[in-house]
Amino acid sequence: MSFSNEQMTRYSRHIILKEIGVKGQKRLMEGRVLIVGAGGLGSPAALYLAAAGVGVIGIVDADEVDLSNLQRQVIHTTADVGRLKVQSARDKMEAINPDIKVNAYQTLAVADNILDLIADYDFVIDGSDNFPAKFLINDACVIAGKAFSHAGIIRFQGQLMTYVPGQGPCYRCVFDSPPPPDAVPTCRQAGVIGAMGGVIGSLQAMEAVKYIAGVGKLLTGSLLTYDALTMEFRKIGLPPKRSGCAVCGEHPSITEPFDYAPAVCEFQ
Amino acid sequence: MVLTVGGTRKEYPAELTVAKLLEVEKVEMPLYVTVSINDEFVKREEFETALLKEDDSVEFLYFMGGGF
Ligand SMILES: [Zn+2]
Repeated sequence: MSFSNEQMTRYSRHIILKEIGVKGQKRLMEGRVLIVGAGGLGSPAALYLAAAGVGVIGIVDADEVDLSNLQRQVIHTTADVGRLKVQSARDKMEAINPDIKVNAYQTLAVADNILDLIADYDFVIDGSDNFPAKFLINDACVIAGKAFSHAGIIRFQGQLMTYVPGQGPCYRCVFDSPPPPDAVPTCRQAGVIGAMGGVIGSLQAMEAVKYIAGVGKLLTGSLLTYDALTMEFRKIGLPPKRSGCAVCGEHPSITEPFDYAPAVCEFQ
Repeated sequence: MVLTVGGTRKEYPAELTVAKLLEVEKVEMPLYVTVSINDEFVKREEFETALLKEDDSVEFLYFMGGGF
């Protein structure tokens, strides 16, 4: 692949970085990233990956844009209310960068489709909004041997970690199984400050870019937490993977993806 | 006894179990918190019995669900 003049200009601020250069940019242009969820986390991740010229970006979401999404889901505009999120997202990504290919999957990520969805991608971004999906993405990525970025945001807090096969614990090593629906605030009643998706979703895009370009140190074996009220970031070292982990341990009991029952509040 | 909890060094009473520490630190929903001591996960069944010792470094890891 050789660069056109337009590409040399478009990506000049990447190419000038010694860690990226022509080689790293070429890797990005040959890279494939799947984003699950075109919401608070997926919006900034999709915008930055499109701008970075990541060759193929898949985006998975079943929903339509709702007016209450616009306070934080910055890829969608007022005119998009009622449109499918994946179509709205694809339009913006292609408008930013006609170089890239966007695959839009209008579906929920479930056990029946998750392995097919991730199969064609190098890196997965978990921008889902519920625990069943987070465990599903973890299990599928462990089973398929894919790297992924996990993240969660709520109120004024956010956190993320990266899983790379063979390097540190998976999400299930740390959190074992989803909490009962009422135990932990997750759903719409809890609220989230809009810019939190921007902070954490952009960090997920950063991990994807670093993974594909092959630069720097990833958040494997660490959980990065961010508290916007105290303005504190903490990189918490995680223990090594659990040998008894149900999916990545020595004798896994989970050998194919499965669905947990969705949280009750998703039906409200 | 001095412990480092969530990155902060502080004095704690002796003979402290993980369950008691969760109480002292007013951790909400302690049943759904993951605890590590000196870079090792503590099994939830051991929260009531696992004793902390001088200079232990403890981390609480919280579920965070939204991606919204
Ligand atoms: Zn694991």
